[in-house]
Amino acid sequence: MTNGWSVARALTDPGSVAALDATGWTHLLSAARALSLIGTLAEVLADAPIPPDVARVFADVRHSNVAGQRQALWEAECARMALAEYPGRVVLLKGTAFAAAGYDAALGRSIGDLDILVDRGGLDQVEGLLLEAGWEWVKPDPYDDAYYREWMHELPPLIHAERDRMIDVHHTILPLTAGPTPDAAALIADARALPSGLYALSPADIICHAAAHLIADGDLSGGMRNLWDIDRLVRQFVVEEEGFSETLAERAKLHGLTDAVGRALRLSAQLFGTPIVFRRKSESRANAAQSDPGLGLSPENSRVSTSDTLFLRRITAVDGWGRKTRKLTRQGFYIRSHLLRMPPAMLARHLWTKWRKGHRG
Amino acid sequence: MRHSCFITVGPARFRIGSDWRAPIDQLRQLYSDYPLDEGVPDFTVRLQATSALRRVVRPQVAIAGDFTLPDAVPLPLEQGLLAAEMAMNLQMALGWRRHLLLHASAVSRNGRAVIMTGVSGAGKSTLSALLGERGWRFLGDEFVLLDPDTGMIVPFPRPVSLKNTAISAMEREVDDDTRFGPVMRDTPKGTIRHLRPRTEAVQLMARETRPALLLFPRFGYPRAVRRVDEAESFVRLTQASTNYVALGERGFDALTGFVRAMSACAIDYADGEEGVEMVERLWSEQGAKTGARAAAA
Repeated sequence: MTNGWSVARALTDPGSVAALDATGWTHLLSAARALSLIGTLAEVLADAPIPPDVARVFADVRHSNVAGQRQALWEAECARMALAEYPGRVVLLKGTAFAAAGYDAALGRSIGDLDILVDRGGLDQVEGLLLEAGWEWVKPDPYDDAYYREWMHELPPLIHAERDRMIDVHHTILPLTAGPTPDAAALIADARALPSGLYALSPADIICHAAAHLIADGDLSGGMRNLWDIDRLVRQFVVEEEGFSETLAERAKLHGLTDAVGRALRLSAQLFGTPIVFRRKSESRANAAQSDPGLGLSPENSRVSTSDTLFLRRITAVDGWGRKTRKLTRQGFYIRSHLLRMPPAMLARHLWTKWRKGHRG
Repeated sequence: MRHSCFITVGPARFRIGSDWRAPIDQLRQLYSDYPLDEGVPDFTVRLQATSALRRVVRPQVAIAGDFTLPDAVPLPLEQGLLAAEMAMNLQMALGWRRHLLLHASAVSRNGRAVIMTGVSGAGKSTLSALLGERGWRFLGDEFVLLDPDTGMIVPFPRPVSLKNTAISAMEREVDDDTRFGPVMRDTPKGTIRHLRPRTEAVQLMARETRPALLLFPRFGYPRAVRRVDEAESFVRLTQASTNYVALGERGFDALTGFVRAMSACAIDYADGEEGVEMVERLWSEQGAKTGARAAAA
């Protein structure tokens, strides 16, 4: 039976695809597409022996990869030019940041919207400059607009009229109604300069953001891709960044994301064999003796909990037709995503407003 | 999925899955001349119920697959065949990268193709269907595939999607009733009926052909012919291409080569007969010029 695990296996053990027949390939490709991992799969299997019809599909996908990343970087450049007058830092987030920083996680990654982070105090200026440069509002609905501005971690999405590309302007990395309150000022202060003059989050903060997005925010619909990002980034940072485990533990604590980062790392270790298990600061000294340089392996922390299993069930819920499966599990996580974002009374008010709108047509 | 089939059109293989039997049966019927063998497909298309209840009660077909549009409107099950066709078009439009895709129809004769492009309703589809019955090889009524490396046209001869008045026009033209699909009324595009191309067009669909004449037809206007220069052709074709931007430099090179390789005309015509006659005439003039050029060389 094809599901998310089949895609994880092909990504982590490219040799394993040699055993696939035509049906196996067909299902793998559809599942990978549905999980937004087809671009990655095409790059990972670039040198693996694959049947000719699969090679043709991958060739198309790899063309799209190149064009997609070029477009994403161009969009970032357009934003940089539009925001030239803004004196603060403009920090790229997610896929565009990986591509701009040349991280391994960018390989084959699809990039949709442009996500940037700026200081909350500069939001008005940034918004004004973007509107001047040809971006416009996507959601004209006053309730949605007000909701975004009051409670969300980003402005309502803007779209560029000519290039038809969206930009999400963040002032922090989690909705203001969520439990943890990441230190947005520290995120911006620690960001690293890119050659273009834009910034990317520091390596540890990139992991914190990815984990926050995955565990403490949405309904996990992009979970596999998200965890693959984390896997690739961690593998790279463990080698390239001195004391990465410790830094990550400190930053996660600072942002109130210790649980989310721990969970994300356990899940990516399960799916992709990510060679690190996150430790809390207090445990690091005790385990220091047995750990490899940069790797903090603690059996206690790496144990997979029942709820982890539930997360994995949700994240891998796809079939060989690219359909979402396990409806109940998915619905459970959908409800969870709303509960995470809003206290019950607020959620009830929100759903009531949305329901009435729906019935007005 | 419960029901499925594979269909190959030109260089593209589709896997179509459905929650209901009827659309798959209709596809098998409409595509009976095409290769239906299984294999790793280029695209997967899903015709799925909008909800478990909607599989049975007033069934609604949601269009899904490798590539989807977020705001695609579901169709009633009676229009399941149309849903499949729309979904297959969508996969090509959004996913195909091997060729430059032009929203156009094409026919060929003696290894030289006429490409006809225009907005929906301009008559390019009907004109290609008529020519396909009158001694031309039908290459496709929806997409023209241009090979960026060789400049050749790769046939993509899907069944013609006939709309409204074009249906009766083609019913008069074609004797063989088995080539027609079911009549679908009250679709978002009016009444639609599909016509399977002549068997030869399907059998020869792997054979590429060289572009020779580019036309911008407009149906329902008094007869007129106007030369179109390279620059105008180029700009109009960038708008008619679904993957021009995605192909980047390859797309630009392919399209500049394409508009330089042949002459182009905008033609206005009042009815199908006049359209066919005008294409034939321009084709002959074109051939005479090519011949004269060859002789001069």
